[in-house]
Amino acid sequence: MSIAAQFRSKGLVSQLAAKIREMAPRVAARLGRTVSIMEVCGTHTVAIYRYGLKHLLPKELRLISGPGCPICVTETSFIDHSIKIAMTKGVTVATFGDMVNVPGSVESLADARAKGAAIKVVISPLDALKLAASDSSRRVVFLAVGFETTAPSVAATVLEARTQRLDNFHILCAHKLVPPILDALLQQPDVEIDGLILPGHVSTIIGSNAYSQLPERYGVCCAVTGFEPVDVLAAMLMLLDQLVSNKPTVANEYTRAVRPDGNAQALRLMRQVFQPADANWRGIGPLDKSGLALREEFAEFDAEHRFAFDRSEARDDPNCRCGDVLLGRIEPEQCPLFGAACTPEYPRGPCMVSSEGSCSACFKYGRFAAG
Amino acid sequence: MITLGHGAGGRLSRELIEQVFVSAFGNPALAALDDGAWVKASDQDLCITTDAFVVKPLFFPGGDIGTLAVCGTVNDLAVMGARPIALSCSFVLEEGLKLSILKRIAASMASASKSVGVPIVAGDTKVVEKGAADGVFITTTGIGLRIADVNLGLERIAPGDKVIITGTIADHGTAVLLAREGFQISSQIASDCAPIHGLVATALTSGAGVRFMRDPTRGGLATVLNEVASGCRMCISIEEAKLPIRTDVSAALELLGLDPFYVASEGRCVIIVAASDADRLVATLRQDDQGRQSAVIGRVEKSPAGMVSLESSVGGRRILPMLSADQLPRIC
Repeated sequence: MSIAAQFRSKGLVSQLAAKIREMAPRVAARLGRTVSIMEVCGTHTVAIYRYGLKHLLPKELRLISGPGCPICVTETSFIDHSIKIAMTKGVTVATFGDMVNVPGSVESLADARAKGAAIKVVISPLDALKLAASDSSRRVVFLAVGFETTAPSVAATVLEARTQRLDNFHILCAHKLVPPILDALLQQPDVEIDGLILPGHVSTIIGSNAYSQLPERYGVCCAVTGFEPVDVLAAMLMLLDQLVSNKPTVANEYTRAVRPDGNAQALRLMRQVFQPADANWRGIGPLDKSGLALREEFAEFDAEHRFAFDRSEARDDPNCRCGDVLLGRIEPEQCPLFGAACTPEYPRGPCMVSSEGSCSACFKYGRFAAG
Repeated sequence: MITLGHGAGGRLSRELIEQVFVSAFGNPALAALDDGAWVKASDQDLCITTDAFVVKPLFFPGGDIGTLAVCGTVNDLAVMGARPIALSCSFVLEEGLKLSILKRIAASMASASKSVGVPIVAGDTKVVEKGAADGVFITTTGIGLRIADVNLGLERIAPGDKVIITGTIADHGTAVLLAREGFQISSQIASDCAPIHGLVATALTSGAGVRFMRDPTRGGLATVLNEVASGCRMCISIEEAKLPIRTDVSAALELLGLDPFYVASEGRCVIIVAASDADRLVATLRQDDQGRQSAVIGRVEKSPAGMVSLESSVGGRRILPMLSADQLPRIC
């Protein structure tokens, strides 16, 4: 059996699920309420839905989707700014596909494209660089979104642009960092999260040690894990084990990819090109040092300055409750727009757009979850 | 405003067709929104279908826009239970297109039409200025005659019926995606693009109680199953573990973050058949080269009506929703 097949083994999944069904009620009885576990990362949310795992879990275990979907937390003003840039003559905006349908204050990039804006979907920042290299008469602006997972490859692309002496390549930077949002999440007064399933990809970069303050500071149980069904269920068991013994720590189920100190080379690249900066999170608000900005010596690549734009005009849909969904305060179905005014075809908020968004996943796959 | 999502074959496409075209052209033959429509011509039942092809790139492993334009239309007739008798085609050519490319495409169409035994009997050509089209767009229309005593329809589907797929899913869409610029993934994956009228005729003459057939093209298997579920107001229950899919196709799609359930095939057929005949029909289909990997993948159940339910490969359960507005680049 290949490694991938072992992590998708039906037999193993069924054994792990049985163990969870046995342990969760005991933990719930001890806590006097349902056990709440948040999967921080959107890829975990999708894995849980796609494999139909909720169907195998007991009602004493509540899963909450967290803020780890990069599209969902990108602020409205960033979309507005991107559209403004895309409408500029001689400029192409290159972006990951999921960004295209996210509503801005007035419209989305897809709407702007239908009106003639030059918007190109790419699957790698290096593809955006190739666009710039192939046509020096146009400026290419890459929308740099994502957490620590994507930031190193964008950093490498900026360095490559410098090596190639390209002066028509820029990035509009909205990179965000995971540890600061976890702090903000756990500092909420009414928070009820017993365990965190920590992101796998981000952790390959920053390492499992990056979370060591969480159990100490907030008493929350933590497990870093991968994206296969066996990974996800094994992490839930690790969290239940910590809850039973009442010894919160950071467990690492994803040892085949995540080291305690992370990926030194990726971290070096990221720090060489970016520095921590205050960032605005959609639906959540500004958080100190929770994002990344280009360092001064890379200012020539910064689209923020070259294409000046007043971001204070941006307006969020006042009825959209993506922020509350991202912080685990409400379930997607509790948002008044969910499924009626807000659907994947006509999204009002980013959580309904991104393939990793909790509203989108819940809308698409959710209806048999409790069955 | 029209967006690319309106062309993806999912819920948005359906909405556009219903709100603009069905409401404008409304008639009983169109309203079924099937792959083709039946019209009476004296004492004969004539089936008519039409399809536009806008694939990018024009040439891809396993086929090109020409083979696709012939096979797509032949297959739409076949799954309606019609024997194709003639095709017409119209070309929209972009200024600057190389004649050698057009000749290659025409040769592919000729060879596909010859192998199917259906002549291309009429055509039209228009040229638009550079930038107003992308190389070549082809529209083919086909007519066919009802195969004797064959009557297929959603209304014939009953609880307990089995769902068969005649081969691996998602080969075509994956081959086209990988052939596009930007994805530096090398593979042996080729489109399954082929005429399936022979395989369909085998199924229809096997004596099995075939209720309904459709080819899972744009929008993939999930879209066909959802259309069936909502059309017959029953539930289609699918077992992921029984689904034939090539390992390399599934790996490539996973890498690109795409779900094979929504990726097109161009040489496969979904067949809904009476439960008691299912295994025998699969055995018959497997004797045909094109049907070698046929499999029963699920069954029709009473409820929840209008939904497709999926038992995942690890034993979980979820719904398999209709494609919404997710963007897949032009693949057919």
